[in-house]
Amino acid sequence: MKDNNQARKLKPAYVILILTLITSIVIAISLFTGRYPKAGISSPTIVLTDDLALKILWIIRIPRILSALLIGAVLASSGYVFQMLFANPLVEPGFLGVSQGAAFGAAGSILLFGYIPVLTQISSALFAVIGLILSFSLASKFNFGGWILRLILAGIAVSALFSSGLGLLKYIADPMSELQDITFWLLGGLWNADWKTLLSILFICIISLTILYLYRWRLNILSLDNRSAHAAGISPVFEKRLLLFIATAGTAAAISVSGLVGWVGLIVPHLARKLVGSDSRFALPVSMILGALYLLICDTVGRSLLAGELPLGILTSIGGALLFIILLTSRKSLGKTI
Amino acid sequence: MTENIFSLERITYTYQDSAKTVLHDISLDIPNGVITSLLGPNGSGKTTLIDILLGWKKPNTGKVLVKGRDLSSYSRRERSKLISLVPQNEPLQFSFTLLDYVLFGRAPYLPQLGLPGKKDIEIAFEALESVGLTDLHSRSITSLSGGERQLIMLARSLAQQPEILLLDEPTSSLDPGNTEKVLDILQELGKSGLTILFSTHDPSASAHIAEYIIMLSEGKKFLADKSKFILTAENLTNLYGAKLNVTHVDESIIIYRESN
Repeated sequence: MKDNNQARKLKPAYVILILTLITSIVIAISLFTGRYPKAGISSPTIVLTDDLALKILWIIRIPRILSALLIGAVLASSGYVFQMLFANPLVEPGFLGVSQGAAFGAAGSILLFGYIPVLTQISSALFAVIGLILSFSLASKFNFGGWILRLILAGIAVSALFSSGLGLLKYIADPMSELQDITFWLLGGLWNADWKTLLSILFICIISLTILYLYRWRLNILSLDNRSAHAAGISPVFEKRLLLFIATAGTAAAISVSGLVGWVGLIVPHLARKLVGSDSRFALPVSMILGALYLLICDTVGRSLLAGELPLGILTSIGGALLFIILLTSRKSLGKTI
Repeated sequence: MTENIFSLERITYTYQDSAKTVLHDISLDIPNGVITSLLGPNGSGKTTLIDILLGWKKPNTGKVLVKGRDLSSYSRRERSKLISLVPQNEPLQFSFTLLDYVLFGRAPYLPQLGLPGKKDIEIAFEALESVGLTDLHSRSITSLSGGERQLIMLARSLAQQPEILLLDEPTSSLDPGNTEKVLDILQELGKSGLTILFSTHDPSASAHIAEYIIMLSEGKKFLADKSKFILTAENLTNLYGAKLNVTHVDESIIIYRESN
């Protein structure tokens, strides 16, 4: 009889292999999916013999697919790291005022300069980092509770401030132009992704992914309370701050290109744990691959399902919410599967 | 008695937030290679003292010597190879397997970003064996009972291969059956020469396995001596402010509350 309390479900190596294989197939499908040479999936032989189709492939689709993979991996791994560091399976990367800061920055830039993608990207990244710095410095000013509680409260306060600022910007924005641009950015999407935007975030995202990956086993110990982590020879406060900063920097870079893409950082880590168990040695890399795959699927569907493009954030939220409901109503409760 | 492993010199600790002094000018020695119990009523400063011995809290005044050397001079790695902790309780949010969890104890022996290897897994299995949980190694820690949780935290600390094991109220939330199980395992470990210091508010637990007892009262050292000398009705009554009696049956010490 199968023991329901067995914590690891599948061999991690097989899961990683199968997910990599599926991701490769989705990449191949995505490469040949679009509006040209025909709507839907085109035959590779036709695309590869058509000069315009090849140009579209190289200039638009490949950087967009790479951006989706990179941003998905960053958002999922950052969400995973946040959940471990806060020992709370319901937090996500936008937790420390980062998402609302980025949204405020993007809206401010659109209002001041009009929608110029590179300026919006810089401004959103800048305000995401400001959100993080404000949360950290506010938390250090509080003189009660543990560090994590102070950070959570500071994050809530900073997010609320940026959120009200965003509301004000939307209120004064021209509803015929600026407000539409702001709303579209807030819904998230990769229509602006090209080689330039990809290169602009590549360095930070790769550094973030690499460091988080290297820390994957130690993350387990950092999910214990600080006193136990200290007893195990770890410097919990310093290492938690370091990893929070790195995960948030990656998130800030990612959402500066994609806009607000919700649920990836929240739901993907749960799926990863469901597949390979809670040991971060395996669950973190699986989260990275799953996040990349999830965002690529959503983006491919979003740009090919209808004649117009469906915002990415809407699709990730629909998918994320459905998966969340499935997880919550599955035979085991969420509390037992995480 | 063997040499002392810990020497505390005039330790005072005051909480920054509340400005409350919880340890007052404590000087004491903790013997090497024996089971010592830190006994006292709730709020007497036992957990704070354990935190200071662990290096988690820094005393406001005084110093802690471990094997004759100032505790603060040990590196994190050195310290955690020497001293490990079994907390009273630990919120466990993620369903690690028992083996995953015990492996965390190997951190002091691995490079900063290293992963546990075959040898670490062998040591983790030995630790699981010593608490009798080997068969459950692939179970989720979130599925364990209270008694099993205490044992798995003990196994994780043993995987650290420490010379000194600190336990913060290891039996306070356990039923009598599990209490006896935990104490019996500690007694077995004590026979191997491991220095064990456990805090408790239960004098029966101290009487069961401790060779040496330190009594704390309101943050001050009340008494410290071998258990056979210190566990008297008078001392316990003065420590707890409740009328307690002590009877010796064979080699066991039985402590009971006198009814009016």
